[in-house]
Amino acid sequence: MDILQILLTDSFWAASLRIATPLIFGVLGALICEKSGVLNLGIEGIFAAGAMAGWMAVWLGAGLWGGLLAAALVGAFFGLIHAILTVPLGLSQHVSGLGVTLFATSVSYFIYRTALPNVTSPPRIESFQALDIAGLSDLPFIGPVLFQQTAMTWLALLMVVLVWYVLERTALGVAIKAVGDNPDSVDAQGLSVYSLRIGAVMAGSALMALGGAFLTMSAFDAFFFGMVNGRGWVCIALVIFASWRPGKALLGALLFGAFDAFQVRLQTEVGALVPGQVFLMAPYILSILALVIAARGADYPRALLTPWFKGQR
Amino acid sequence: MENPKILSLNALSKRFGSVVANDAVSLDLHRGEVLALLGENGAGKTTLMNMLFGHYLPDSGSVEVLQDGVMTPLQLGHPQAALAAGIGMVHQHFTLALNLTTFDNVVLGSEPLFSWRRNRAAARAKLLAIMEQSGLVAPLDTPVGQLSVGERQRVEILKALYRDARILVLDEPTAVLTPQEADTLFENVATMTQNGLAVIFISHKLREVLAFSNRIAVLRHGQKVGEIATKDADERVIARMMVGADTPVTARETMSPGTPMLTLKDVSVQGQSKRDSLSRASFSVHSHEILGIAGVSGNGQSALAGLVSGLMRPDRGTVSVGGTEISRPNPLTMITAGVGRIPEDRHHDGIVGAMTVAENMVIERLNDADIQTRGLLNRDAIQANADRLTKDYDVRGPGSDAAARLLSGGNIQKLILARVFDQTPRLILANQPTRGLDMGAAAEVGRRLLEARKRGAGVLLISEDLDEILGLADRIMVIHDGQLSELTTRDREEIGLSMAGEHA
Repeated sequence: MDILQILLTDSFWAASLRIATPLIFGVLGALICEKSGVLNLGIEGIFAAGAMAGWMAVWLGAGLWGGLLAAALVGAFFGLIHAILTVPLGLSQHVSGLGVTLFATSVSYFIYRTALPNVTSPPRIESFQALDIAGLSDLPFIGPVLFQQTAMTWLALLMVVLVWYVLERTALGVAIKAVGDNPDSVDAQGLSVYSLRIGAVMAGSALMALGGAFLTMSAFDAFFFGMVNGRGWVCIALVIFASWRPGKALLGALLFGAFDAFQVRLQTEVGALVPGQVFLMAPYILSILALVIAARGADYPRALLTPWFKGQR
Repeated sequence: MENPKILSLNALSKRFGSVVANDAVSLDLHRGEVLALLGENGAGKTTLMNMLFGHYLPDSGSVEVLQDGVMTPLQLGHPQAALAAGIGMVHQHFTLALNLTTFDNVVLGSEPLFSWRRNRAAARAKLLAIMEQSGLVAPLDTPVGQLSVGERQRVEILKALYRDARILVLDEPTAVLTPQEADTLFENVATMTQNGLAVIFISHKLREVLAFSNRIAVLRHGQKVGEIATKDADERVIARMMVGADTPVTARETMSPGTPMLTLKDVSVQGQSKRDSLSRASFSVHSHEILGIAGVSGNGQSALAGLVSGLMRPDRGTVSVGGTEISRPNPLTMITAGVGRIPEDRHHDGIVGAMTVAENMVIERLNDADIQTRGLLNRDAIQANADRLTKDYDVRGPGSDAAARLLSGGNIQKLILARVFDQTPRLILANQPTRGLDMGAAAEVGRRLLEARKRGAGVLLISEDLDEILGLADRIMVIHDGQLSELTTRDREEIGLSMAGEHA
């Protein structure tokens, strides 16, 4: 098979969208946090916590949507920890975020091990199945790419629209963008800087956790150690690539998904000639390159990383 | 005043630690009145207004606002309560989100947050009506970051009016404006007061206070020391109230300029943006001469200052100090060539805050033989130097072995003056040397600059304060958009027009 022909197969495009799904949740979550002025490096751990919480809720019989709710709540909880440390207490967002990542990851593994001390092969759950919309999934090309994805992929796409709408069309969005640019502007108009930032970080973290839940509830059907595998960090980079815009965030996630899907297929093509690790590196190297190009004119939220304290002006 | 009283501050007091910022200050304000709150830096003007607006909670005292025909006590310490009572405040540092449009900045906080739809049409209609009525115009759908400083200020006032402010507090509103923009502002204020708005404006510029207010209240050291109807006031009277004594008028002897100390020939500097670029500047500063550079900030002053202090390299043209061309300008070559530098941001660029006062006093000449021997600092010499300079230049604070950042702004400037003037530089670059200083400290800076001029140094004085330039400079150039032009006139109006780029 010719290398370029990979790009024409429907399985390649379907895989790209599938791989992009958790990243879409993650990028949107990180974007909301950063729009309000808070960098959330807890994302990698929140992914793990979301993966764990969603899977365990389903395993305990909460049902798939119950699992998603559990994941979102757990994500919001870790977001609250990060927000309290960085917003009213004004601690370093980098240090707090990395702390949350370590804490959330370990606590997830700990709970998993405590709940299942003697299990060698992780228990499986009935995960989200491909959403078969009558007729549409049989369409040539479009069918397999779009209409054989699970409900979570559709949820992710819906979230792109929702986040865009809230940021661009509602008063809440205006306030979130203002607090990330100049908290004094919000304070002077009688709104609470703390509530807005804490709320944004919790909502963003809930979205991140959904990205994690996709891994255990849609991509796979069980929880493994190390399954997040850097996806959170990729999202942090993709936010910059996206210049903090939901539409471009979707584009960035899809691009990364495509790189990843491409390298898997390329491996089977020319795997004999080049060591496999090179292919594993490829998506990350390409995203760094894309980032370098896209980030040059990036318009950072001006108050990003800057704590704000009431009464200090 | 016939109009009814709408605001009274009753014996407000506030202390920060051991410092008394306000001591039982009482003020009344009437409908349609412009009250000027005058005082030196640190007199407590802004603290007083921050208490009124709820940013600070007073230690004692009360505020009453006319609501529905009755003087009602205002809940203190809550900006929300102040907004609801119709008090609007325009801070010295604007509180605008630069990524949002004028419209969004104005409407921010007045809409319900959790609603799927915004009623933009109604808000827009209200805002347009306010713009119409007040004469304040700003483009509605442009991000505020793209607006000029004057326009941003109008957005700030619109924010207050949109919240139905009946009392508007303007904190040093003209500090960032050109004279023409300031005049426009006061015209707008006059229109608004005719519609019943009451305005308190904070200032330390006597001229505008006299020209645009109905009544003047003067604060000194946190106390109200006088109140006078503007028609009964003149500069001398209120200046005496402000400083508690007649201000010493600095005598400026006439002198004939000597040899060129700094010469720029056709110099261009390309900065990060157009705001810090200089295009094809040519001029000389001579011995016994002060050259004043007037202009609104952000027109290339930082490029000029960066060039002369050795922080920026010219892209074309030549720079000479004392007749010798500086081929590779950097801070060290400029200092060695005899340039003394008083930077614009004295806290950031003038001192190393974490180092001691004594260390900061020798920081530009660490290689001198009396400061170090074979790479080791001579502590005794540094201390002796500090003892001498703190005495000569009256640097006050916790002592010469304390961190320099602990000094007040005025004393930091004295430290810098001591460091610079003690080296008897041939050329002195003074960039906004009196910004933020009170009248006493500012007069001291002026006196030192004139002293250096008498000694034979050349002075390049960059300032936004036109009064300062008119008071000190022998020649005046205006900088606009990176272009320098020499003026023959000393007429405020014409200089103001050139600052705005109206004619070259």
